[in-house]
Amino acid sequence: MNADAPSAGPSVQPPAGRRAVLAARVWQVLETVMDPELPMLSVVDLGMIRRVEAEGDGSIRIGVSPTYSGCPALRVIPGAIRAALQAKGFAQVEFYHVLDPPWTSDWITERGRALLHECGIAPPERVAGTHRTNERIAWTGNGRSAATREEGARGRSESAGGVACPRCGSTRTERLSEFGSTPCKAQFRCLACLEPFEHFKCI
Amino acid sequence: MQRDATRAGAPQPGVRQARMRQPDATRQPGDASKLEYVLRLADTSLILAQRLGEWIGHAPLLEEELALANISLDLLGQARFLLTYAGELEGRGRDEDALAFLRTEDEFRNVQLAEQPNGDFACTIVRQALLDTFQVELYERLQRSSDARLAGIAATALRESRYHVRYSSGWLVRLGDGTAESHQRAQAALDLLWPYTRELFAADEVDLAMQSLGVAPHLAEIEAAWNRRLSAVIDEATLRRPPEPSYSWYGKRGQHSEHLGRLLATMQYMQRAYPGACW
Repeated sequence: MNADAPSAGPSVQPPAGRRAVLAARVWQVLETVMDPELPMLSVVDLGMIRRVEAEGDGSIRIGVSPTYSGCPALRVIPGAIRAALQAKGFAQVEFYHVLDPPWTSDWITERGRALLHECGIAPPERVAGTHRTNERIAWTGNGRSAATREEGARGRSESAGGVACPRCGSTRTERLSEFGSTPCKAQFRCLACLEPFEHFKCI
Repeated sequence: MQRDATRAGAPQPGVRQARMRQPDATRQPGDASKLEYVLRLADTSLILAQRLGEWIGHAPLLEEELALANISLDLLGQARFLLTYAGELEGRGRDEDALAFLRTEDEFRNVQLAEQPNGDFACTIVRQALLDTFQVELYERLQRSSDARLAGIAATALRESRYHVRYSSGWLVRLGDGTAESHQRAQAALDLLWPYTRELFAADEVDLAMQSLGVAPHLAEIEAAWNRRLSAVIDEATLRRPPEPSYSWYGKRGQHSEHLGRLLATMQYMQRAYPGACW
C-alpha cells in the first residue's frame, strides 16, 4: 500500500494492512526531519515528500520533489531522512525524484507558513488559481516613466503584491533583490519599521 | 574564431575525435540523437553555470553577486538532472560527475554562446539575457515533450528561468537606458555576442530527429518567440539590434572556441588531479 502526500485538506486515513501501517509510520518520522536551511520547517511542511511506498519486507521508497533544481538541501535531505528512518528500524530506504508536477510553493502547509512568519520570513502568497505567479511583478517594459526609471536605477520596486513585513505587519515594503541567501528567497525591506527581511518566493 | 561548419564530424589530422559510443542493436532508433540532444541542453546549462560562478567575489554589488550565484545554482541543478539522464541514455556507466569532469572539450555539446568569457558586467548580462530568453521559450515548450523525463525537468526548470529572464532583461534595460558609459558597454556586448545566437536556432539532423519524434520543440517556433521577447527588451533598452549573422558555429557538435579549454581546465582540475575524489 502506498501513501501519497497529504493534500491541503484534512489528512486521509490509510487503509489497514501492514504496508499501509509502515507507510504511516514513515510519514510520522518525516515530520521530524527538518530542512537544514529553514530548520523550523519539516520536509513534510515544505511539501517536498510526494510519495511514500512501503514494501512488505519493510523497505521504503520515497518520492521527493526538488524545490529548486539546484537547491543544495536536496542533496542533504535524503541523508537526514535515511538516518531518522534507520534510527526507527527502517534498514532500507531509497529515494527517487518526482519532477512532474514540479514543486510549487503552494505545497507549503499552513503550519509551515505560520512558522516562516514567526521566524521573520515572509511566507509565499498562493500561486494557483490567481494571476499571482512569479510573473505578476514581472518587468513589463511599460514605458519610461520617471517612476520606472527611478525604480530601474535603484534596482528596487515597491512590492506589487503587498508583501507584509513579518515584524510590524506593514505592506509598505520594498523588494531589494529577487535573490537572497538561498535560491528560494528574495530580499525585502520594510519602509515602515526599516527592518530588512526575506520573502519565500512564489513559484 | 570561425570553424568550418561543413566539415562537422569529418576526421581532422591532429584533432582528437569525439568518443561517442556506436549505437548497439538493442537500442531504439533515435537513442543516439536523444543522447546528443540531452547533452546539448545539459552542457549549455553547465558551462553557463560555471561562467556565472566566476563572478563570486567580484560582482559590482552584493545583491548582484547573490543573484548571479543563485542563477548559477539553478542552472547547475538543471545540468545535474540532464547529465544524469544522459548517463542513463548512454548506458556506459557514466554518471553526472564523470560526464562533467572527465570529458574533453570536443565531447562537450554546449552552444558556443555559453562559453564566451564574462567580460564586463554588461557582457555577462547580455549573454545571460540572450540565453535566458532562449531557455524560457525552450522549456515552456519542452515541458510538453513526448519524453516524460525531459518534460519533468523542463517543467521544474521553467519556473526558475522565468526569474532568470526577468533579472537579465531588467538589467539589460537599465544598462542600455542608463548612462552614456553603460549604454556604450551594453551595445558593444550586444554587437560582440549577437553572432553566436545563430547557432541556437540552426537545426541539424539531431534537432530534426528529436522534433520529428515530438521530443524537442521546433526551433523555428522558439526563434519566433525569442525574437519577439528580445526585440521588446532591446527597444526598451534604447539599444540597436545588430545585423543578422551570416554564419554559425556549432558548439553543439563539439566545435568550440578557445575559451572552453581554459574553462574546463579550471572546472575539472580537482577531479583530474585527484581521480575518484569526492566530498
